[in-house]
Amino acid sequence: MDNSLLLQLITGSIIGLGAGYVGSFMVLRRMSLVGDALSHVALPGIALALLFNLNPFFGAFVALFFAIFGIWILEKKTELPSETLVGVFFTSSLALGLLLTPEPELLEALFGDITQITKLDLAITFIAVTTIFLIMRKISNNLMLSIISKELAQALKIPVNKINFIFLFLVAVVVVLGLKIVGTLLMGALVIIPAAAAKNASVNLSQYTRLAILFGALSAVGGLLLARYSGITPGPTIVLTAGVIFLGTLVFKK
Amino acid sequence: MFQAILNGTIIPMDSNVLLQVKNLNIKFNSNQIIKDLNLSVNQGDVLAIVGPNGAGKSVLFRALLGLIPYSGKIEWTENLKISYVPQKFAIDRELPLSSKEFLSFKKKGEKEIIDVLLSVGIGAEHKNDPAHRLRHITDHVLKQRLGWLSGGQLQRVLIAWALLDNPDVLLFDEPTSGIDVGGEETIYGMLKKLHSERNLTMLLISHDLNIVYKYANNVLCLNKEMICYGSPATALDSSALIKLYGSETGFYRHENHHH
Repeated sequence: MDNSLLLQLITGSIIGLGAGYVGSFMVLRRMSLVGDALSHVALPGIALALLFNLNPFFGAFVALFFAIFGIWILEKKTELPSETLVGVFFTSSLALGLLLTPEPELLEALFGDITQITKLDLAITFIAVTTIFLIMRKISNNLMLSIISKELAQALKIPVNKINFIFLFLVAVVVVLGLKIVGTLLMGALVIIPAAAAKNASVNLSQYTRLAILFGALSAVGGLLLARYSGITPGPTIVLTAGVIFLGTLVFKK
Repeated sequence: MFQAILNGTIIPMDSNVLLQVKNLNIKFNSNQIIKDLNLSVNQGDVLAIVGPNGAGKSVLFRALLGLIPYSGKIEWTENLKISYVPQKFAIDRELPLSSKEFLSFKKKGEKEIIDVLLSVGIGAEHKNDPAHRLRHITDHVLKQRLGWLSGGQLQRVLIAWALLDNPDVLLFDEPTSGIDVGGEETIYGMLKKLHSERNLTMLLISHDLNIVYKYANNVLCLNKEMICYGSPATALDSSALIKLYGSETGFYRHENHHH
């Protein structure tokens, strides 16, 4: 195994861990479709950053931040995230991004390019995912409570809106991290599918989040190896690996 | 225990007042939900709140809990622990959350959780065999997904959740469906027992006047404004019922229950 593959596998699996953890609560909040489409918003951000000679990941993050802010406002006003509005808005932003992104960078933005990963990327990914884990551990009980009953959570004086915002912020962070390996088109799927698979196979919350985290990492590692030995771009192989895991868990569906 | 109502003002007869509500008004946009409500609740009271759908009963609870804006005064005695069982609590069957995890959100140990589940009557069908009952609680309730519990079991687990904090006051918003008639009867029996054992003050939103006659010592009839208030036997007269529901039909007084 060469060094570059090892670097890819480590970085990819760390991103998979973070995506699985954050994704487990996206699925519980019935945000599968929203989460899936959310990553598309990164594209116009990347495009604008490239046009203005800025770091494309900075552009992606700013665009995602606006998107999660929009979701947060919508959730505060209505009980459920407005799927239609979000779907229309997010896919339109993908179309806009496709028009704006310069041709040479388009393929990389859409599907990621893990061959360009550096040790600095690994360090950033490690720090970011560790932070995500620490924050998720702190907020997950209250997040769960606000998912099952907002009233119950509010009666316990849990700051529901603040926690929702922190959570959505973490979603934006994990999507940005994944852009390099999976790309804007498919990163949402890496957040959602491992969690959806874990949900099939678990009875309680700790089992569920652990499985989602594990499936996230497995999808990344399996997909990267598959990509390396078949010569395909890793983005699709990672998401397909997650899809196969999902099919496998249907057998254990409780 | 009881208050006299003179011209809409309430004069407490003793000093055990836990809750005073004065000139409460609640509006959503331009919709008046609750109008000029005055009310007081004493230590140990069981106050039932009745009224048609959309009368503002659940909204009143939310205001009492400080979850929504209002005008007027809501004064609880200081340092009261208030617990709340909401009406709407639909749990997805697929939700990966065990009852134990749910109850553990209150940061209490397993023993306290089991004790409170026993006191709300979980596994009461095995009450002659304590070891069997304990196994039933751990294996079939605590390890179970919350969404797999029956309506009645879920209601009891919710009440257990509310009781884990050792509250002074319990606000119970009765679900309109989900509990079968037999189960409902025993849930109120259980609440009555808790009321006397723990000296719990209770505010119940109920849809069943029989429950009110049987278990409450005070009743508030609410239809955006106060229609009647007092002991169920005197306050729920036919004119109040007609004002409340449009007709008297369907609601029978249980003359055989005495208080």
